[in-house]
Amino acid sequence: MRHYPSAALLAAFALSAGFAHAETVLSVTTDGNAETVAAMEALTAAYTAAHPDITFEIENRPGGADGDNLVKTRLATGEAGDILQYNSGSLFQALKPVDTLVDLSDIQGSVIDSFKSVVTAPDGTIRGVPFGPAMGGGIYYNKKIYAELGLSVPKTWAEFMANNERIKAAGKVAVAQTYGDTWSSQLFVLADFYNVQAAVPTFAADYTANKAKYATTPAAMAGFQHLEDVYKAGYLNEDFGVAKFDDGVRMVATGEAAHYPMLTFALGNIKQNFPENLEDVGFFAQPGDDPARNGLTVWMPAGLYIPAASTHVAEAKDFLAFVASVEGCNIMIGANGATGPYLIKGCELPKDVPGAVADMMPYFQADGMTAPALEFLSPIKGPALEQITVEVGSGIRPAAEAAALYDQDVEKQAKQLGLPNW
Amino acid sequence: MKQRPSPYPYWFVLPAAVVFVTLFLVPTVASFWFSMTRWDLFTAEFIGWDNYRQFFKEPFLVQGLVNTLIYAFVTSATKSVLGLLLAVLLTSGILWQGFLRSVVFFPVLVSTIGVGITFQALMHPTKGVINLALSWVGIDGPSWLSDPGLALYSVAFIDLWKGVGLATLIYIAGLAAISPDYYEAARIDGATRIQQFWRVTLPLVRPATVTVITLSLIGGLRSFDIIWATTRGGPGFSSDVLASVIYKQYQAGFYGLATAGNVILFLLIAIIILPLTWWFSSREVDL
Amino acid sequence: MTRNSLSVRQRNTGLIATAAAAVIFITPFLYIFFMAMKTKKEAALFLFSWPREWHFWSNLTEVIMARNYMLLLAYMNSTLITVGAVTLLILFGAMVGYILQRRPSGWNRLIYAGVLVGLMVPPAVVPTIWVLQGLHLFKTLQGMVLIQVAYGLAFSVLLYRSFIATIPRDLDEAAIIDGAKPLQIFVKVILPLLRPVTVTLIVVQSIAIFNDFTNPLYYLPGKENVTVQLTLFNFQSQFQSQFNLLFMNILLVTIPPLIVFVFFNRQIVAGMTAGAVKG
Repeated sequence: MRHYPSAALLAAFALSAGFAHAETVLSVTTDGNAETVAAMEALTAAYTAAHPDITFEIENRPGGADGDNLVKTRLATGEAGDILQYNSGSLFQALKPVDTLVDLSDIQGSVIDSFKSVVTAPDGTIRGVPFGPAMGGGIYYNKKIYAELGLSVPKTWAEFMANNERIKAAGKVAVAQTYGDTWSSQLFVLADFYNVQAAVPTFAADYTANKAKYATTPAAMAGFQHLEDVYKAGYLNEDFGVAKFDDGVRMVATGEAAHYPMLTFALGNIKQNFPENLEDVGFFAQPGDDPARNGLTVWMPAGLYIPAASTHVAEAKDFLAFVASVEGCNIMIGANGATGPYLIKGCELPKDVPGAVADMMPYFQADGMTAPALEFLSPIKGPALEQITVEVGSGIRPAAEAAALYDQDVEKQAKQLGLPNW
Repeated sequence: MKQRPSPYPYWFVLPAAVVFVTLFLVPTVASFWFSMTRWDLFTAEFIGWDNYRQFFKEPFLVQGLVNTLIYAFVTSATKSVLGLLLAVLLTSGILWQGFLRSVVFFPVLVSTIGVGITFQALMHPTKGVINLALSWVGIDGPSWLSDPGLALYSVAFIDLWKGVGLATLIYIAGLAAISPDYYEAARIDGATRIQQFWRVTLPLVRPATVTVITLSLIGGLRSFDIIWATTRGGPGFSSDVLASVIYKQYQAGFYGLATAGNVILFLLIAIIILPLTWWFSSREVDL
Repeated sequence: MTRNSLSVRQRNTGLIATAAAAVIFITPFLYIFFMAMKTKKEAALFLFSWPREWHFWSNLTEVIMARNYMLLLAYMNSTLITVGAVTLLILFGAMVGYILQRRPSGWNRLIYAGVLVGLMVPPAVVPTIWVLQGLHLFKTLQGMVLIQVAYGLAFSVLLYRSFIATIPRDLDEAAIIDGAKPLQIFVKVILPLLRPVTVTLIVVQSIAIFNDFTNPLYYLPGKENVTVQLTLFNFQSQFQSQFNLLFMNILLVTIPPLIVFVFFNRQIVAGMTAGAVKG
């Protein structure tokens, strides 16, 4: 969908009159990530080509917590447009989907069950369709450094730290951290959830029921401890406090750093900015204590939703059904390449995926090798986690104290959601 | 005898009052009610004073409070002192006076987001211009915005850089209003330049000082934009002020709690500013 | 003391002050300027250096053309909002400040309390949106103008009130004796005398409103309503690692306030001298 420049200027001058098109214009709000924008532009262009009377207006909202705030404000005031892209899981639950989003249960034909469960409202209806691939949370590594130092992919945290020690001894940055984007500091804690669940299978349920705590569950505490350990051992890049996500991606792609804990969507960024380094990066799940149980923590993709106040529900629904089809899935793969499995039945990834994706796929193909991140199993996620993990990862607060503090933070969220037992 | 209508009719206030009351006062009063509820924007459940209790239990409230006071004091003190010194300098007829006045005011023109992006680059620990300059003289500069002990002061410095031009402008207006006769008289009495400053300039520029202190103190206590554009209260919670603590509650969806925080912030500002305003205005009568 | 004969002391102070100002106040601007001219690769180094290659035009056109000339639309929206809001702020602010200073009474305390509340209380976003929706002003430039007026009034009133205190009442009284109506006194006698403070307010308020980011984000959603600071915010994510374009955008959105300042700068100085004569 592209206006001509003159059309944009005309629109500018006809401001107060607004757009006076005969056809339906669906307004879409998405985050501003390059991959999101590329996928949405490809999908809307393909849809308009087939339905010339439907056009789209794509608006980008801020990401992270600023975006959460804006989305809630707009939903509450009935100004969220026709189509909304937003997280699934606990953040989706915080939108009060029963009141604010349209029921999409009847366009779920091709959607895989595991996604449906993370966009199901408390009343059992499904209110979203998947947008983008599932992601793994783990650790990117630079293959050149690994080859140069003769390292092998670690299966336990101890092996990982031993690798780090050798990388540091070789005068290189072992672990890139990017606390300038505070959300990126949570990875060691959140991506450790496979290991938490392996040790304490009931943790998610007990945690939601106010029976299990981070501070009193050693397996859950481990993530905080890992953050503290890599800082104390001096493995981090010098500018870890201000570096941004983009810097982390660059460091691991170009070999400035050996590891970067991150979600697999970062691959799209590497592909865009460092295409020549795409095959220099590999990926492994965050290791725990037991080499026999080394699996991957998985993030569900964001969903597309229709705000209840939309005036074009039928048209928007038809578009979302298109997104949630094999055809829509293939368009997204075409726009961004394959960075992970799509949650659409019959949507196959191409054979020539980048190395880091190839590293990730085996976890999905074997049974019991993946676990969803905690935010998809429990509606509770404390809002201050990213500040707390920055503190631990910068040596401001010891891990044990931080875990206790996070337990306190979580309490507020549980009360707001009105959960029993809190 | 029929009273003559006042030459200062109250309807002059009306247009402003209508806009102010509908778009500011009514929503504000409504929000006071919401501060007593558990509010998720869709439903509001009345819970009395619980939000206030919860807000005072916030683990970072005390630090945020202390930071707010430090920040407000540091920025308003430096703005009023440096603003006055710059204003005196820039009205004393020095070389390139007009140009310098513009230069000092330039930072006011840049938006907060622009300032945030620029200073994040300038204060970068390894690549930033500031630390590169320091390294030439052999100093290993700190990470200005991510050192927990420094971040708040670094932001205060950026605030000063951006805001001192406005203080200077207000002072220049104040200085221009002082009649040259006073200086003439002081000179005849044999007062030195420094004595002139203390005995003539400082007392007579008082209205400007009051304006600068009041505005920068309120601005400092409410300060949010620059902190959010540079550190977002970090690293961790070390440069959090009351306004950013409140904003984070708001972001997290604790709307009732956030409005309760707003009420508390308002009370804090009132407790500090009102006595100060009364004190200033009582002195005004004496003059 | 005439303009042509600066003393040695004045010249030296001037030189030192200029040097200090250059370092502290100009360096960041030069930095923005140089970054905006660089190539993507060179800008990523963050160095304070002369650009190796000047990419003024290509960076400029790329930023302007991004997202269907979004920046031009944003310039227009921001200008309309700023001009509208500042005009009302000047008029309303002066009227209230005038009454507040000239007619002390019980009402006065109430008005003054309103001013203080306006300065001190952070706005409540969601109830404000409800009010705007009720008035059908949400997502309109008019609504945004009124919001900026509501939020900026306190400051204007405060400034006008203290300035009007310096205007002798004799002037109003002379006009009253001449049989002038209240509005005539205000428009013909008072308003012209307020010129210096009005110029200051125009500069300060128009910069604040033009540079405002949070309020348009909440009260003026919609692609056709974009304002300049929102473009900066959008570009921040879009130009992820293209710092040359990001800084070019900063440079471009700083130009309108700069023009306002350069235009009114002389008037500020002139206004100040006028103020000095009044004593």
